[in-house]
Amino acid sequence: MSAVIEASGITKTYQMGEVEVHALRGVDLTVEDGEFISIMGASGSGKSTLMNVLGCLDHPTSGEYLLNGRDVSELAPNEFAEVRNTRIGFVFQVFNLLPRTTALDNVELPLLYDRTRRIKDPRAEAVAALERVGLGDRITHEPNQLSGGERQRVAIARALVNRPSIILADEPTGNLDSTTSLEIMKLFSELNSQGITIIVVTHEHDIAEATGRTIEMKDGTIIRDAVGAGRQME
Amino acid sequence: MRLRNLLKVALKSLTKNRMRSLLTSLGVIIGVAAVIVMVAIGQGAQVDIEAQITSLGANMVMIFPGASWSRGVSHGAGSQNRLTLDDAEAIRERATLVTAVSAEVRVNAQIIGGDSNWNTSVQGVDPEYQEVRDWHTVSGEFFTKRDVRAKAKVAVLGKTVADNLFPGSDPVGEKIRIRNTPFKVVGVLEAKGQSGYGSDRDDVVMVPATTALYRLAGGRYISRIFASALSTEVSEAAENELVAILREEHHLEPGEEDDFRVRSQAEFLETATETSRVMTLLLGAVAAVSLVVGGIGIMNIMLVSVTERTREIGIRLAVGARGSDLLIQFLTEAVVLAIVGGIVGILLAVGVSVFLDRVVGMTAIISPAIVALAFCFSGAVGVFFGYYPARKAARLNPIDALRYE
Ligand SMILES: Nc1ncnc2c1ncn2[C@@H]1O[C@H](COP(=O)(O)OP(=O)(O)OP(=O)(O)O)[C@@H](O)[C@H]1O
Ligand SMILES: [Mg+2]
Repeated sequence: MSAVIEASGITKTYQMGEVEVHALRGVDLTVEDGEFISIMGASGSGKSTLMNVLGCLDHPTSGEYLLNGRDVSELAPNEFAEVRNTRIGFVFQVFNLLPRTTALDNVELPLLYDRTRRIKDPRAEAVAALERVGLGDRITHEPNQLSGGERQRVAIARALVNRPSIILADEPTGNLDSTTSLEIMKLFSELNSQGITIIVVTHEHDIAEATGRTIEMKDGTIIRDAVGAGRQME
Repeated sequence: MRLRNLLKVALKSLTKNRMRSLLTSLGVIIGVAAVIVMVAIGQGAQVDIEAQITSLGANMVMIFPGASWSRGVSHGAGSQNRLTLDDAEAIRERATLVTAVSAEVRVNAQIIGGDSNWNTSVQGVDPEYQEVRDWHTVSGEFFTKRDVRAKAKVAVLGKTVADNLFPGSDPVGEKIRIRNTPFKVVGVLEAKGQSGYGSDRDDVVMVPATTALYRLAGGRYISRIFASALSTEVSEAAENELVAILREEHHLEPGEEDDFRVRSQAEFLETATETSRVMTLLLGAVAAVSLVVGGIGIMNIMLVSVTERTREIGIRLAVGARGSDLLIQFLTEAVVLAIVGGIVGILLAVGVSVFLDRVVGMTAIISPAIVALAFCFSGAVGVFFGYYPARKAARLNPIDALRYE
């Protein structure tokens, strides 16, 4: 197995006027290809900050971050954008879909910005991604015509469409009821069984237990990193 | 990002906010239309004025009494400062470069004819006046040289006077009274319409110059002398000749200022053209201000829209859009708004100009150069006023944009 993510000594400090907020205080993390990881921890422990750094949405203050063996901690904005575009799929708690835009257009969005043109037929690829998350019959719906769970599926399809090395999901079930949460987690574990590397932030233990590895954070550091059973969800 | 996608994205986001897009464009629409229409009106006026001056008569030269007012002071003190019938006669006899010469004596008088009376301007002229002013009778005849010599009580009516005193009938042969002196109507003049200053040129009665001077004005002095230069080329030489003759007539010593003024039609044309050119420029400038205000409207909306769409920007950045992609997207939106506004503005301007021309009867001439200029300007307005908000969008950090409340 090769490492998708190798991060060491990652820190993130926010300057709030006089006060320095240490959101991350030296995080070391290695993620192997095909892993399914959950991150837990109290509110304010730095989970989102870490996800943003791993997702190349934000630069760390210090530390080394290798993504697929390439150092991405100090990339220029355009290269950073390209990494986000081609290597990472990000799923947000609040879905972050474009309003008044069909599911299909939302899913196709990353491909519009793909300069490598790896994917020959963006439309077909977007339709395929929507089918993969079980929304093949909702492609022309706009976000306000979809349920919360369906919106999150669209967001997952968007994260999938550019064939990323890893999908990062920051509390993807935070805005959903428990039944829908379960369905979303099932979808993630299904995608993981198809070989996609996934990191999910969650507050719920039973969701964390469903993943192969659970990381617990506190005050900007990792305090526990346990390989679990990867219990099957029923 | 591929160009086709880019246009698609920009157009989509514009059509998603139809009302806002429309209102934004409205500023540019009105600005562009205003510039084109204003300039069209200005140029139309210019053409009208030129046509009117040309219609004064071919190669006309006018002589006014009184010194020139150069340096703001009258320099004619001590000399007679007047024109007489003798002056006109001297020109008629001695000038070689003019064909027709006519004196003009103006008196305002009340006219009684038919069952009504009418206040109008009575002009005492010579028969050559027809030639100089290119103004002929449509009915009856103009009076003759003999009538002038005899101070005959004959009159030629302008169209307006004829219509008012003798509605529906031909006045030729009828009797009228000017200041209680009976006159016989011998002719009716063709209609000339309004002058460049808006007065009715047909509101006139013409009588022999001598009759007007001795029977109506009761004086020695005439108002003006008209002459026609042989051709446009000798117009200036003719002016000089007239000046020389009149100086001699008025016994002016060398070095003394002229106590009369000579103006040619060409000079009037020049002055009028210059005046209307300045007016066109002024109108255009005022309208251009409205175009700039329209541009600021675009900037305003784009700025609001960048703020309003911060989350959208964050989403696009998060899935891998570059700052430059967003710069181009927002810039494209602004330029499309401006150009669509420009095109609609041009169409509106054409509509308004045709309306002015056909319905209102104003001459409005749309020049292709102004249309092109307005169009390019509206594009430039789009780029100029779209750039700042676009750059603002492009500089956002994805996390900050996504967190924006
Ligand atoms: N942009 C920012 N500016 C200043 N401080 C920040 C910023 N973002 C996060 N922080 C601080 O960093 C710390 C970690 O925040 P983070 O969002 O990573 O927590 P979290 O573990 O995701 O919490 P939650 O479970 O509530 O989402 C917090 O103390 C927070 O106040
Ligand atoms: Mg968080």
